[in-house]
Amino acid sequence: MAEVLLKNVSKSFGADIALDDVTMTIPDGAFVVLLGPTGAGKTTTLRLISGLEKLDQGEISIGGRVVNEETPAQRDVAMVFQQYSLYPHLSVRDNLAFPLRSPMLKTPEAEIERKIAEVASVLQISDKLDNKATKLSGGEMQRVSIGRALVRNPSIYLMDEPLSSLDAKLRTELRVELKRIQATLGATLLYVTHDQIEAMTMATHVGVLNHGRLVQFGSPREIYENPNSVYVASRLGLPRINILPAELFGLTGNGAAQIGMRPEQIRQGSGQPAEVIRVEHLGDQTRLHLKLQGYDITTLVDPHVTYDVGSNISIEPNDPLFFDDSGNRIF
Amino acid sequence: MSYSVTESSSRQKWIAGTLVILYAVITLVPLGWIMITGFKTPPDSISYPPKVFFEPSVEGYVNLFTTRTRVSKETLESLPPPTNFAEEIVRNREMVIAGPSKFGQRFMNSVIIGFGSTFLSVFLGTLAAYAFSRFKIPLADDLLFFILSTRMMPPIAVAIPIFLMYRNLGLSDTHLGMILLYTAVNISLAVWLLKGFIDEIPREYEDAALIDGYTRFQAFYKVVLPQAATGIASTAIFCLIFSWNEYAFAVLLTSGTAQTAPPFIPTIIGVGGLDWPAVAAGATLFLIPVMIFTIMLRKHLLRGITFGAVRK
Repeated sequence: MAEVLLKNVSKSFGADIALDDVTMTIPDGAFVVLLGPTGAGKTTTLRLISGLEKLDQGEISIGGRVVNEETPAQRDVAMVFQQYSLYPHLSVRDNLAFPLRSPMLKTPEAEIERKIAEVASVLQISDKLDNKATKLSGGEMQRVSIGRALVRNPSIYLMDEPLSSLDAKLRTELRVELKRIQATLGATLLYVTHDQIEAMTMATHVGVLNHGRLVQFGSPREIYENPNSVYVASRLGLPRINILPAELFGLTGNGAAQIGMRPEQIRQGSGQPAEVIRVEHLGDQTRLHLKLQGYDITTLVDPHVTYDVGSNISIEPNDPLFFDDSGNRIF
Repeated sequence: MSYSVTESSSRQKWIAGTLVILYAVITLVPLGWIMITGFKTPPDSISYPPKVFFEPSVEGYVNLFTTRTRVSKETLESLPPPTNFAEEIVRNREMVIAGPSKFGQRFMNSVIIGFGSTFLSVFLGTLAAYAFSRFKIPLADDLLFFILSTRMMPPIAVAIPIFLMYRNLGLSDTHLGMILLYTAVNISLAVWLLKGFIDEIPREYEDAALIDGYTRFQAFYKVVLPQAATGIASTAIFCLIFSWNEYAFAVLLTSGTAQTAPPFIPTIIGVGGLDWPAVAAGATLFLIPVMIFTIMLRKHLLRGITFGAVRK
């Protein structure tokens, strides 16, 4: 395992800027999650580190070694693709053995057998080893795909939404399993996801990308509690943060144009009257959809209190976040 | 991916089955006729109305593989008794075997030239198609068009320049010359067909192989090639059928050493009258290698290899 450094990394595809001057340190043994909408540059970051794409500018080093000119094989990285790309002409066993048999590793067959058995039992695919890769369900394919990375002991694991195609139960199991593997092996992981729970529960660090720029990098709590822009604030949190004009509550004092209130940052009883539009009982919590002077607001309330649709309640911000015109945080 | 799964009714199956059988009969009857003609005697082969039931004879095959001389009755009687069945058949026609015919050697020429040019076309075609499919090549579209344009006129249109060129280069009537010529004609088909097949193979497989510790060439060899097997097999069959059957250039450019079977078989007609059984025997034997080759590769033609392995 090793530390991975990105220094002023830029990459364009024709006129599209995929990554713009990104500098990031992935510490040895860290679990770094990249967040951002489609096209923000998450997958490009993985492909640049793996060596599948060449840098336009900047420097990438793995374990203190600059790897700009190295082939993917020389870089010693393992990658799980978003599309499960199992070799369709091989059995599950041969798929898992494929990286171990490479000219880079040349693992003895006995060792390969042992590794495959170990990984297969973790991923619950032991009974599928002799199946053709094409004879698996989607979830099984993705597990084999993860397994093909886990049989190795690379400098860094790169994973591109590896759990997105799995059902909820398996996703939870594998999330715990991945975290356990990462912790016990001390593995370094760079992980792309859209899933907030994955980001919050697994990550030691979260990087937020916007149009190819790394806009914030920090611990999951830091990103959630101290976002430096409206954009970052909107990446985490479900229901999403409510962004409202600052004058709605007369909070323009420090030059703020907008305020951000997470659903749990809304206090009832005083403030502005808002109309109850919809009540969602989720069991452990109740979501209240409100309308205040034409703005939609979502808040969380005590599940034992009943609210009537159409009634009015008073709300006010509780320790909100302040943003300027262009969405940057005012501290 | 979406599939319309409609269960065909038994009536539809019956109609489809009948049509397939009808088509098979129409295409197979001439072949069958050739094959049985090979086992007729020359008189049976030209009798009218045509004979469907007859006493089989291998005279056609004997005539195909031998040259014979007509001798007088006295000479025939003075000879020692025939030592094998071939000699017996020939003597019944008041002839003796003068020696082996050139059919065996011409047939071998066809095998060498046909399979040689097929191998070369598919080998070069696969590499070129892979390059066109995966790498940024300057003027790739123009190059592909140029490759295709070699098919835009019948190859025989350039027969005279090729004839002169081959004479000057000393390639006339050589195996190498014919292999190069057929490869040149087939390569455009091979590149275009194979490019289509390789385009269909997702790049993710190679990306995965590169990260799994393989070089670009190893990824090509271990991952792309097995999945292109379907395309390679069908391309090989098309190439072989062309070079195996090619007649015009073979007549023009070969006369001895490198003459293939197609120009040779008709010359049998001239030897001692219309010897249809010998021609039919030659044609039957000539069909066999392509048939075997096609049957061998049949399972590749039917198999969809990449089906379902990459999420669309």
